[in-house]
Amino acid sequence: MGSEIIFYLLSALSIFSALVVVFSKNPIYSVLSLIVCFFSIAGHYVMLNAQFLAIVHIIVYAGAIMVLLLFTVMLLNLNKESEPHKSNLIKVAAIVTGGLLMLTLLASLRTSQLPVYVSPTDLGLGTVQTVGKSLFTDYLLPFEISSILFISAMIGAVVLAKKER
Amino acid sequence: MTLIIFKTLLILIIFLISLGIAAYSTYGERKIAAFLQDRIGPDRAGPFGILQPIADGVKMFLKEEIIPNVSNKWLFILGPCIFMVTALMTSAVIPWGLPLEISGVKYNLQVADINIGILYVLGVVSLGVYGIMIGGWASNNKFALLGAIRASSQMISYELAMGMSVIAILLMNDGSLSLNSMVENQGTGKLYGFINISGMNWNVFYQPVAFLIFLICAFAECNRTPFDLAESESELIGGFHTEYSSMKLGLYLFAEYINMFISAAVISCLFFGGYNFPGISYLQEILPANIVSLISVAVLFGKIIFFIFFFMWIRWTIPRFRYDQLMRLGWQWLMPLSIINMLITGAVLIWIRN
Repeated sequence: MGSEIIFYLLSALSIFSALVVVFSKNPIYSVLSLIVCFFSIAGHYVMLNAQFLAIVHIIVYAGAIMVLLLFTVMLLNLNKESEPHKSNLIKVAAIVTGGLLMLTLLASLRTSQLPVYVSPTDLGLGTVQTVGKSLFTDYLLPFEISSILFISAMIGAVVLAKKER
Repeated sequence: MTLIIFKTLLILIIFLISLGIAAYSTYGERKIAAFLQDRIGPDRAGPFGILQPIADGVKMFLKEEIIPNVSNKWLFILGPCIFMVTALMTSAVIPWGLPLEISGVKYNLQVADINIGILYVLGVVSLGVYGIMIGGWASNNKFALLGAIRASSQMISYELAMGMSVIAILLMNDGSLSLNSMVENQGTGKLYGFINISGMNWNVFYQPVAFLIFLICAFAECNRTPFDLAESESELIGGFHTEYSSMKLGLYLFAEYINMFISAAVISCLFFGGYNFPGISYLQEILPANIVSLISVAVLFGKIIFFIFFFMWIRWTIPRFRYDQLMRLGWQWLMPLSIINMLITGAVLIWIRN
């Protein structure tokens, strides 16, 4: 019962903070509520007994990626005056695409059911040992390919940022 | 139920001790600075100036609160709060001593023995950046923003080398990330396999390189000299807390000392055996378990206080780095060194086990 209450609280928090990300006028508030959203998702991971995923989620997303995003937003100093004016054509296009998106969402949500908290069955599933073992045996190839992807992205960024001599 | 009461008490005690140690670190810092510079230091409040932290606290509270007109008021208040909270959160996974036994039930002197202990520490440390960034940005001051950017980029860069240097320890610890098991492993077994002193199997004797890297990164993470570029007063006036006054400034300074306390505790746990000390098993035979447990807590605090002293000693001895030197040290020296250290550790472990 207790975990069910926590589940609903966390879900409400993640949905609310996600809405604030979209609707807030100030980009700084958007970024900060996105961080809150990541934390509530990490809370969901803990509820599913995936502690490793939860903490990696916090370290990578909240600790590294969002810091960089916050950097960018703070340094660009986005505000209303500097936002370019949008033409009527773009506004109409935005309304049409938004309506289409809502149609798709409604159609897909019509038959779906509300989420219910499912307590984890295998308690050892989310530990570092199991995650590491399955990463380095069953999923070795995807793991290595994604690390090569990251390395090439990093080298690419360095090459692009380097001054030409 | 008693477990919950015990944990609540433990959290409260750790909280109070953290604040107390942070308060007396300010006094210690000034006394040690005075000693190293051949001065007397604070000696007016109470005998030997022992009441100086209380006088400082009262002064901080009584100063005028100034919130700059143009800044974002809520974020301006939120900044120091986040910094303080993240500083206090780290102490949850540190094992403070051998388990206490009260009426037949064993109580671990650790708030949460989670199996991702050291990752939790790294995660919370990486969140400390937000307090600095939000505070520096909300001040709406170029110097504060520059200080915040310096502090956070420095913290992000040194986190990598810090994490890499810990991996070598994890390899030796059979891949367990729990701080409790790490400390326990350092209390059992013989040093290098033949020196038989109980409770002396410390990681620092196996991993001196990892220890050096971790120590340097801890200095950088705490924004302490020689890496205190975030607040280098001759360039940036005061860094990210230029606009802060009264207790909000106090929170920033206080949280910095708490960070120092916690990193001293983590260094002692990872590399210096935590609460273990030479002759611990002999004492366990001749003394009641609870007394040995209290002695082990005292030993851990002795190690922590030594490292806090070490932090201060360095601060008043070594001048500050230049910013490009700092970045070069972090990325071009410590990172490759920690990766090489990790590879060598892995290779040696495989060679020993086969």
